[in-house]
Amino acid sequence: MNPVIETVGLKRSYRDFDAVKGIDFTVARGELFALLGTNGAGKTSTLELLEGQATPTGGSVRVLGHDPFRERSAVRHRIGVMLQEGGFPPELTVLETVRMWAGCTSGARPADEALDMTNLSDRRAVRVKQLSGGERRRLDLSLALLGRPEVLFLDEPTTGLDAQSRRDTWELIRELKLQGTTVLLTTHYLEEAEQLADRLAIMHQGLIATTGRVADVVAERPARISFRLPQDRLLGELPPLPAMGVTRHETVGGTVRLETRDLQRTATELLTWAHRTGVTLHGLDARSASLEEAFMEIAKGLDHEETR
Amino acid sequence: MTTTAPTRPVDTAPPVRRGAASRMAALGRAELTLLLRSRAALITALLVPAVTTFSMRGVVDGLDLDGTGLSIATVLLPGSLGLALIFSVYTNLVGVYVTRRESLVLKRLRTGEVRDWEIFAGGALPALLLAYVQCALLIIGLTVVLDAPAPAAPHLMVLGLLIGGAMLVAAGALTAAVTRTAESAQLTFLPFWLLSMAGSGMFVPREVLPGVVGDISAWLPFSPVMDLLRGGWTGDLGAADQGRALLLALAWTGLAALGVRRWFRWGPRG
Repeated sequence: MNPVIETVGLKRSYRDFDAVKGIDFTVARGELFALLGTNGAGKTSTLELLEGQATPTGGSVRVLGHDPFRERSAVRHRIGVMLQEGGFPPELTVLETVRMWAGCTSGARPADEALDMTNLSDRRAVRVKQLSGGERRRLDLSLALLGRPEVLFLDEPTTGLDAQSRRDTWELIRELKLQGTTVLLTTHYLEEAEQLADRLAIMHQGLIATTGRVADVVAERPARISFRLPQDRLLGELPPLPAMGVTRHETVGGTVRLETRDLQRTATELLTWAHRTGVTLHGLDARSASLEEAFMEIAKGLDHEETR
Repeated sequence: MTTTAPTRPVDTAPPVRRGAASRMAALGRAELTLLLRSRAALITALLVPAVTTFSMRGVVDGLDLDGTGLSIATVLLPGSLGLALIFSVYTNLVGVYVTRRESLVLKRLRTGEVRDWEIFAGGALPALLLAYVQCALLIIGLTVVLDAPAPAAPHLMVLGLLIGGAMLVAAGALTAAVTRTAESAQLTFLPFWLLSMAGSGMFVPREVLPGVVGDISAWLPFSPVMDLLRGGWTGDLGAADQGRALLLALAWTGLAALGVRRWFRWGPRG
């Protein structure tokens, strides 16, 4: 089956800098794809090209088989968009805003249904200017969902939401995905990507640094163990590190850090040794690789390359 | 969060596509609500043309209209309509477009199915409605007060009101394109307004302007609109002059529309 979203060598340049420097990815129907990256990595610039807000400087983009900019009338009624920063007239009420948008949207849901989805029903008579930042984000999401879109573009949908609203929004996005909606979202909450995404791409300085399933991106990274040895003990007293599965080690200010691809084996060997020799490992910490670590390392690595 | 209806049921026909008329009606309705809630804009648009018309009466009384074929009524009445159009449509819309742009409303709208020109046109509907209601009231009121005759060629008046409305929507959008903030919108409407007041024969007929100034003023954007409006009352605008006025008005409107296409920015930072 054809991908719902496909970019080939996608580029976008502004007058004095290249925001997107040639990226390729595809998103299949019903998939949730997350674009991660630091601020200025090119996420929003990419998203705007996918939404047909602008035309690429180079390369190509197809959404539902069409050029979203040139063939907008074939695409727009099938997609829903939530901008990172979108506005509504402050003097309209929530309900009036939804009605206005519904009048502009093919096959719009009833206003009440759209507001129910984001828990805004009891705020329907409130003017937009009186909404909190989080409520405004949820109103924006309601409008993106109004036309029962096949493809949903969400630019940082949970930024500014409190913890409960964020979880509610995640639940809603999962629900939409179950119903077959294809979702492309950007976020700088790594937990959000871990929770929701089937696949992700980490962007850095206009390029995709890494892409794949969340588990695969994480699996490329080692697990870590850290602890402090008593003052009279030396690292050399441990069993040979390679035999414990340790791939890298360092000691910083008395804290030993080990990296391993086999956390269970390394941890078992370490704890067995400590038990046998009666050593107390202070501040013991063992953790699997996380997306956050993967993310930080990629960002660090690329910066390093850049400065070389 | 409640469980939602399926994204799009497979067994039903695709939903009816919304057309341009539906979209513009929705935008117009929202803008009308906003206009009715914005007292200052409403009062300015309603009061200024009426008050100005009555205060211009003294000026027009003092003009030497001999040989121009005009009377106080045929100067004041079209002038008041022109002024009502400019205040309710042009001045009002410059502020509307700038405010919507600065509060990111236009940027958000452009992600949907609405086309660019529908955003301008839909947003202009309440302003046009306001202007035309006001014109109707001014025609009735001034006809009674000045004991004026009925328009000799009402179709020219209607044509003038329609093309004038269209021109001022385009001009409003173009002015908004060069206006950075809602505050500066209080000033940027002035040049076009002053030029039209002084040079387009709104209250001072171009016939009484000195030689070359009068010749140049005939080519100003709002002059053909005033010619059509006045022709509506005097009935002495010949076929050639009607055609010239119409073409000139359309040319200016087209130019303004091209300028909007070229220079209008949809978000505050471009």
